[in-house]
Amino acid sequence: MNVLTNHSLYEQAILFIAALVVFTSFLMLAQKRLSSLVAVFAWQGLLLAATTALCAYTQQNPHLYTSALISLVLKGFLIPWMLLRLIVKFDMHREVESLLYPTYVMTAAAALVLFSYYVVLPIEQLSALATRNAIAVSLAVVLLGMLAMVSRRQAVAHVVGFMSIENGLFFAAVAATQGMPMVVEIGIAFDVLVAAVVFGVFFFHIRESIDSLDVDRLNRLSEVDR
Amino acid sequence: MSGLIALVEPILFILAAPLLAGWTKMVKCRLQNRKAPSLLQPYRELAKLLRKQPVVAEQASWLFEAAPYIVFASAVLAAAVVPFFAVHLPTASIADVIALAGFLALGRFFLVLAGMDVGTAFGGMGSSREVTIASLSEPAMLMAIFALAMSANTTNLASAIDYVLDTGVAIRPSFVFALAGMVLVAVAETGRVPVDNPATHLELTMIHEAMVLEYSGKYLALIEWAGEIRLMLYGVLIANIFFPWGIAEDLSLASLGSGLAAILLKLFGLGALLAAAETVFAKMRLFRVQEFLGFAYLLSLLGMLSHIILEIGQ
Repeated sequence: MNVLTNHSLYEQAILFIAALVVFTSFLMLAQKRLSSLVAVFAWQGLLLAATTALCAYTQQNPHLYTSALISLVLKGFLIPWMLLRLIVKFDMHREVESLLYPTYVMTAAAALVLFSYYVVLPIEQLSALATRNAIAVSLAVVLLGMLAMVSRRQAVAHVVGFMSIENGLFFAAVAATQGMPMVVEIGIAFDVLVAAVVFGVFFFHIRESIDSLDVDRLNRLSEVDR
Repeated sequence: MSGLIALVEPILFILAAPLLAGWTKMVKCRLQNRKAPSLLQPYRELAKLLRKQPVVAEQASWLFEAAPYIVFASAVLAAAVVPFFAVHLPTASIADVIALAGFLALGRFFLVLAGMDVGTAFGGMGSSREVTIASLSEPAMLMAIFALAMSANTTNLASAIDYVLDTGVAIRPSFVFALAGMVLVAVAETGRVPVDNPATHLELTMIHEAMVLEYSGKYLALIEWAGEIRLMLYGVLIANIFFPWGIAEDLSLASLGSGLAAILLKLFGLGALLAAAETVFAKMRLFRVQEFLGFAYLLSLLGMLSHIILEIGQ
């Protein structure tokens, strides 16, 4: 029944980090300050890099070390730093966003985790890796990222939610299969980087046109108002 | 022999409880650069209160005088159920963790009733706050307990400790989350700093002290002692379930002695941690307590979920 103890210490560590990754996703849903949201996102990136490195070690798969390094640099430091710089530049680092219905969001988040567990149950049988249980976790991270995008009003928070969806997909690739081919991985990593830059440009445009990054104010045509 | 130890164990537990409170206070004073009272100060206070004549309000009903005994008795019963320094004792099969939560709830229920009995404003306020917090912390505690019970396939504390000892050192995400949830619940339930301040009678935000404001003399002594037992109870629960190594597994004198030494060491460690946390954190606003306990519930829930998702194989 309980297979955990049959795993090696490294695999146990991977599963533990998987649980921590879901935890960071939950934390993202509850952060009121944008800067702490980005900090949690950076932690998720660091945990992801740690999982990848551990997977590389247990699966004897040296190319995963490269992707661990890429995600460490990009998701652990570079993208959070870019987002933080934007937040400081827009003078939003002191703003406290009131969350809409925090209780409902948390309940929905727990339900999403259960949902992803039941959805993934048949798929997990196909994988032979010891860490296959983490597939449900990665799907949960994807869905929680979407929930974070839905429940937030700030554009920066949307971007963080989007990036955490990518984290979930990356986690699935690492934990369930033996990682994606190197070309794909590098391609995705740079796509994410480019996305971060493009989003930064978007922020400037949104801010210029509506003088705020609150996306709730994007639901009206400015010509009608005038 | 085991029956004798089962009798000695809760007595030792109850006698040691003020010591833990004293130790926590001492470490806290040292950390805040104050002169610390002696370790035995809680005993002296209990002795002083027991000698004094209790003053009871004219409007008080029988409940007011009965409540301290019920509170103390339920704390003692709870202490008897928890394995203190030996696992395999006959008392362990009397009640499981859910009954333990029940004992704690029973004590709290009567304390709350007594708080409202005399009809002072402070008593009612404290009672209402206590119930609010309890209604949020109990689900979190039960969820943490269920996460453990699902891992160990039992709600019996002794068997759960056996299970942890048998499986040896393993990183269990469910245990880590349940531990974190349990620690937060323990802080809230024992009325320590981020939730309630045990050292004050003056704040408008006080919870526990507001309830027992009308008590004096031996009644107050019983309630304070029960509070100290409760603090120790949570400490022992956390120490023995999550870090049971060192607990006496047989009834030889040597292993009993080392078990006692081990649990006392762990409790001193936990007490020092609690004092450090109380020094570092400020008391939070009353309306933020629900966020705090919601977080505890979330942690316990994640412990349960991660057990189901990550630890059970197909």
